[in-house]
Amino acid sequence: MSIDLSLIWAAIIGFGVIMYVLMDGFDLGLGILFPFAPDEESRDVMMNSVAPVWDGNETWLVLGGAGLLGAFPLVYSVFLPALYIGVFLMLAGLIFRGISFEFRFKSKKNRRWWNRAFCWGSAIATFAQGAVVGAYIQGFAVEDFRYVGGALDWLTPFTVLTGLGLMAGYALLGSTWLILKSEGHVQQWAYRITPKLLLAVLVVFGIVSLWTPLVSPEVRDRWMNQIHLIWLFPILAMVCAGALYRAVKRQQEGLPFVSTLGLFIFTYLGLIASKWPVIVPPNYTIWDAASAPESQLFLLIGVLFVIPIVLAYTAWSYWVFRGKVKVGEGYH
Amino acid sequence: MELDPLLLSRLQFAFVVSFHAIFPVFTIGLASYIALLHGLFYKTENPAWDRLALFWTKVFAVVFGMGVVSGIVMSFQFGTNWSNFAYATSNFLGPVLSYEVVTAFFLEAAFLGVLLFGRNKVPEGVHLFAAIMVAVGTFISSFWILSANSWMQTPAGFELIDGRFHITSWMEALFNPSFWYRFVHMGMASFLTGGFVVAGVSAWFLLRKRDVEANKKALSMCLWLLLILAPAQAVVGDFHGLNTLEHQPTKVAAMEGNWETQTNVPLLLFAIPDKEAQTNHFEIGIPNLASLILTHHVDGEVPGLNAVPIEEQPPVIIVFWAFRVMVGIGLLMIAVALTGLFLRRKGRVYENPLFLKTLTVMIASPFLAVLGGWIVTESGRAPWLVYGVMTHAEGLTPSLTGGMALFTLIGYIAVYSVVFFTGIYYLTRVVRNGMKEETQAEVEGEVERPKRPLSAAHTPFDDDLEGANT
Repeated sequence: MSIDLSLIWAAIIGFGVIMYVLMDGFDLGLGILFPFAPDEESRDVMMNSVAPVWDGNETWLVLGGAGLLGAFPLVYSVFLPALYIGVFLMLAGLIFRGISFEFRFKSKKNRRWWNRAFCWGSAIATFAQGAVVGAYIQGFAVEDFRYVGGALDWLTPFTVLTGLGLMAGYALLGSTWLILKSEGHVQQWAYRITPKLLLAVLVVFGIVSLWTPLVSPEVRDRWMNQIHLIWLFPILAMVCAGALYRAVKRQQEGLPFVSTLGLFIFTYLGLIASKWPVIVPPNYTIWDAASAPESQLFLLIGVLFVIPIVLAYTAWSYWVFRGKVKVGEGYH
Repeated sequence: MELDPLLLSRLQFAFVVSFHAIFPVFTIGLASYIALLHGLFYKTENPAWDRLALFWTKVFAVVFGMGVVSGIVMSFQFGTNWSNFAYATSNFLGPVLSYEVVTAFFLEAAFLGVLLFGRNKVPEGVHLFAAIMVAVGTFISSFWILSANSWMQTPAGFELIDGRFHITSWMEALFNPSFWYRFVHMGMASFLTGGFVVAGVSAWFLLRKRDVEANKKALSMCLWLLLILAPAQAVVGDFHGLNTLEHQPTKVAAMEGNWETQTNVPLLLFAIPDKEAQTNHFEIGIPNLASLILTHHVDGEVPGLNAVPIEEQPPVIIVFWAFRVMVGIGLLMIAVALTGLFLRRKGRVYENPLFLKTLTVMIASPFLAVLGGWIVTESGRAPWLVYGVMTHAEGLTPSLTGGMALFTLIGYIAVYSVVFFTGIYYLTRVVRNGMKEETQAEVEGEVERPKRPLSAAHTPFDDDLEGANT
């Protein structure tokens, strides 16, 4: 076959993952920041600023999960057993924060319980996702296309660090989103915490960058001996971090969020460049992990049809929802 | 004690899938009902239809939301606990299950929003169209899921290469031999579920003399629907059973509690099947009836369980009794529908308190029947995961330990209990709030923006409800 379907699918899944990280990232981040908010009023604003879009954001997670089973079943059947406990924690976290979105505003007497569910759910789900990234960098014990490691192999000091790192990263996305969407004392609070969060992200970023070559020899080889062009990604990520810092100092509103998005995108590209074309580290490439071409093609037709619709719907949602969220504005 | 990851995984899957299934089985039926209500309003301009449509759309929104939440977990189960199965069957199940997700998203993105929040914002015709498309969409979703399940029951259109299934014919695989029977049986079960819930809630309102005019209309149409569907479902179920007899004789043998292949088999009303002894205790049956039902001859031959070795027999007592629960409730449904007809002819159908109370109790019945039916078909397939090709044990995740499986089993039960009780609690508040007009305070502050399904209901979570005299 002249068209490489696995390549097309890798692009689709890769796109889905970064869409998910960027979009669900900021609303998970607000959940992590929830207990630190100055008052209950700002919590209302924080939740209002994401309530209309968060479930659309999670669309990408489900689409990615289903797409993996259809296009790269090896990823699905190795990652999920290997991350068994982590996957459960992530799902439990997402469920609890999902229902607290629905019921916090409908509830008065029990509101603080929904606050807790929202915060803990967001924090646990984020930590689990960060640990997945770390586990991906570490690689998996796979023999004959089957995971053979233990239940907690994924939980190492390295993955704890990536888990905490992603919590800081999502919190940064959340605080810069809040700068964009809020005003007054809520926005001032977001301006104050953003540089601290940026510092935390950069510290983790630095440690992970130094540590990764130690846990993954293939990555070390790639960065030290092969293509030097990939050094462009961390450099661009640092440029974004600089732009973010400056934008916060100048109290700009849109640029902090945009530069945080850039920071994430370039880090993500750097990560992909470290591993490509390996999708189940350390040994299996996207072609090893692929399902049969006729299956990939069968699903591709439907997905190519629905992705533009989901994108259009997403764009429309954000457009309708543009502008500032005001204190005291009801959302039922 | 050694924890068995296989048993625990099966329990876990049974738990999460049962929990999930009760929501879509209701929303599929309810979506069609809502579309019908919109159509009636569009045609007759009678505001009673509009009020009913608005009320049931709110209920739909909450149940749909709970279905989505519990469905997310489902999409990960195959990978976490059944990774060998997921990997082996991914060429078929991957695309098919993904298409279900794609359908659901398309539906939600394009039409659900218009249905839930488009009232007074889009022309009536467009709103009606959205309602119809949501109903159609729920059926397309169930098409993919039931095709996947039917393929596991009666696999077709594939060849095995190195232990993996490769699809040779998508048509044969998607429309495999048991597909249409299951699809029709399940579609009608959804309508029966919707019908009994709407009838029960309408009866509950009538008992309290609330919104009498609208609820009479709703109850009346439900009773007509049930009068046709409940007996028709028995006929469809019979055809489905004959199809199972052809493709999965062992399952039918377990349903009948029939150990030996023999003629003149009785229909057992009661028995305690004993798999170890390969016999039944305390049998009470009607002579020849099972033979008659299954072969349409009094002396027809019915396959027995011992045609296969004991390791290939399903858990007989579970299949046997789940089948009786399903059929028993089905017969009860027919009886209730006929009673409705009788009372209607005497002109007392909206007043008879005993009948109305029975209807409210019957709300639970379709859910129990559906779960019973699924337990029959899923347990009856055991020990096979893909019938005749792959067993549960072969499909299990190799790295899974009993401790891991137990941890998540307890975890899911805990999480779902919270979700379930919160959801049901809230749902009863929405229902008790009834069809009263929304107060200005509830609608106030609604800015025009995209929303999620649950936002269609404005009922507060824990404040006292005004005017709900319960």
